[in-house]
Amino acid sequence: MPDTPNTYRRGPDERGHFGIFGGRYVAETLMPLILDLEKAYNEAKADPAFQNELKYLAKHYAGRPSPLYHASRLTKHLGGAKVYFKREELNHTGSHKINNVLGQVLLAKRMGKTRVIAETGAGQHGVATATACALFDIPCVVFMGATDVDRQAPNVARMHMLGAEVRPVKAGAATLKDAMNEALRDWVATCETTFYCIGTVAGPHPYPEMVRDFQCVIGDETRAQMHEAEGRLPDTLVACIGGGSNAMGLFHPFLDDPGVRIVGVEAAGHGLETGQHAASLTGGRPGVLHGNLTYLLQDDEGQITEAHSISAGLDYPGIGPEHSWLKEQGRVEYVSATDDEALAAFQVLCKLEGIIPALESAHALAHVLKLAPTLPKDNLLVMNLSGRGDKDVPQVAARLGMKA
Amino acid sequence: MSRIEKRFAQLKADKRAGLVAYISAGDPDAPLGYQILKGLPAAGADLIELGMPFTDPMADGPSVQLAGQRALKAGITVDATFDMVRRFRKEVDNDTPILLMGYYNLVYQRGAERFCKEAAEAGVDGFILVDLPPEEAGALKPHAEANGIDTVLLTAPTTDDKRLPAVLKYAAGFVYFVSVLGTTGTKSATEEAVRTHVSRIKSHTKLPVAVGFGIKTPEQAAAVARHADAAVVGSAIVDQVKAALDGNGKPKPDLVAGLLAFVKSLAEGVRSVKKA
Ligand SMILES: Cc1ncc(COP(=O)(O)O)c(C=O)c1O
Repeated sequence: MPDTPNTYRRGPDERGHFGIFGGRYVAETLMPLILDLEKAYNEAKADPAFQNELKYLAKHYAGRPSPLYHASRLTKHLGGAKVYFKREELNHTGSHKINNVLGQVLLAKRMGKTRVIAETGAGQHGVATATACALFDIPCVVFMGATDVDRQAPNVARMHMLGAEVRPVKAGAATLKDAMNEALRDWVATCETTFYCIGTVAGPHPYPEMVRDFQCVIGDETRAQMHEAEGRLPDTLVACIGGGSNAMGLFHPFLDDPGVRIVGVEAAGHGLETGQHAASLTGGRPGVLHGNLTYLLQDDEGQITEAHSISAGLDYPGIGPEHSWLKEQGRVEYVSATDDEALAAFQVLCKLEGIIPALESAHALAHVLKLAPTLPKDNLLVMNLSGRGDKDVPQVAARLGMKA
Repeated sequence: MSRIEKRFAQLKADKRAGLVAYISAGDPDAPLGYQILKGLPAAGADLIELGMPFTDPMADGPSVQLAGQRALKAGITVDATFDMVRRFRKEVDNDTPILLMGYYNLVYQRGAERFCKEAAEAGVDGFILVDLPPEEAGALKPHAEANGIDTVLLTAPTTDDKRLPAVLKYAAGFVYFVSVLGTTGTKSATEEAVRTHVSRIKSHTKLPVAVGFGIKTPEQAAAVARHADAAVVGSAIVDQVKAALDGNGKPKPDLVAGLLAFVKSLAEGVRSVKKA
């Protein structure tokens, strides 16, 4: 067993490592740029003008703070923990992704970059990036797996309307991993002028730290809002995990509160036993991909295997390195939910609370449906409702045999 | 003296630059891939880079991506790659340096210590690991050194004079200058840019400097040879494999001969330049 550190919130070290995880495994061409980015980010972080501009945008443009909502019908239905939703789906553009994107695009502007690229799975990060680039008048190119272009068509149309170029990527299973490969290839060729806006807490240092910092607004607000609503800390936190940004944003501010139980939900696809899933922490082992050392789905040799999830935003064979570290520390529990469980949870939320969740967030809900009934009524449970399901309407309607 | 050191010393004595030929191990399949490997020295390759196929070659352009996919489809593993090198050392020669090129995860999964030991035992001379910058090389370096394997590090146009010494501190064998911003096989650098960067790198190190990325013709190889100690050609060589596959992906009978003839033309380009 590893020694218990006196804080879980100090990482990463100056080389971007969380224990053995993280780091900067990138081509030399990118190394100087990543060092530049780190320096620029540290300066921006310490600059009140930058922080104020970000706060202003978060409030007046993105609509923060997002509400902390007590889901009373769902709570009653489950008959256990008191369930709250952190309503990130109400943010402008429909998910938590905007929190990070506003920070990164402001930083891009500050660094004098003239073009922004991004990878996207569900298209929520792509839409958020296209949105911020429209606002700041910066050309934007979004890489998206061809499979995801099909299954998240509404978001592709939104990106086009916002003036972004969407480049479908046909390699591999044509999902998020392939989009990230292609974004990295573009970046090596254009790094002197282009800012790579990564959508989750993964990639080479400083991305996992920077994206986490921008997303921590979720947990910071939750803390204050729960204090106002209940006069104390929550007992249980639940969030879905693709790369892990909405989860990290909620979890990180509570890591040093030992009474708070924290649960991350990975995508179990067709079921862990089928091998067709996206649960890197449960079904993978440490390895190096996309600039960081982290848990990955891979074969014995180290060839990366294809992930599977009904949710494009969770369909990724890796996870942010800080989650890998938190797993090994035992501070956060990592569980999973299947495609079918997520679809069932999706429908429960529509009918009981009148909220159409993103399929990603439906994975977190699927676990809440299992967990909440086992907890006492005074257990305060917060689930991160990371996004709204508009983008999933055609896909889910087809799946359920409804007319779209 | 290592094979790499010896080879560069010989090139210097011969007053010429070298040709570094890149192929993807086992492309398009194990038997043909070995025939290609076997024929490279006679075709004029002075050093050989053997690509270890990886599912996610983030720093490679379409040509090398496809080559790796063909090899993976043919079932090429790390062990199969080691076997090819072992057989080459027995059947072909014990002088031509062979470097494994690829991505760090394959090394990491086997464990750096075991990987280095097995590679050295097979007859490998160096590693070029695209996604292992000096900042992360600390876990590999001691095992490579203990097994007499050179870690060839990459430098790029973005590696400025301030950063160069930190990179060169970890470099061994030779320095690989990536002459353009981009993935393999896409853009080509101007001769003037190559000249400037090579002389800049040489002011920091005594190691030989090889230049690669975007060299596609004997003329371009000659232009690089005027300034660098070696020219690296990869995408243009693996494109020869692609060109010799029929519509169903079946190799045409002249695949090996055609590829080796192309390598010979590159070698002639490099050898046409007389060095001081
Ligand atoms: C609504 C929503 N939630 C969650 C995710 C998963 O990403 P992360 O784990 O970084 O929050 C996505 C990604 O596309 C998303 O759109």
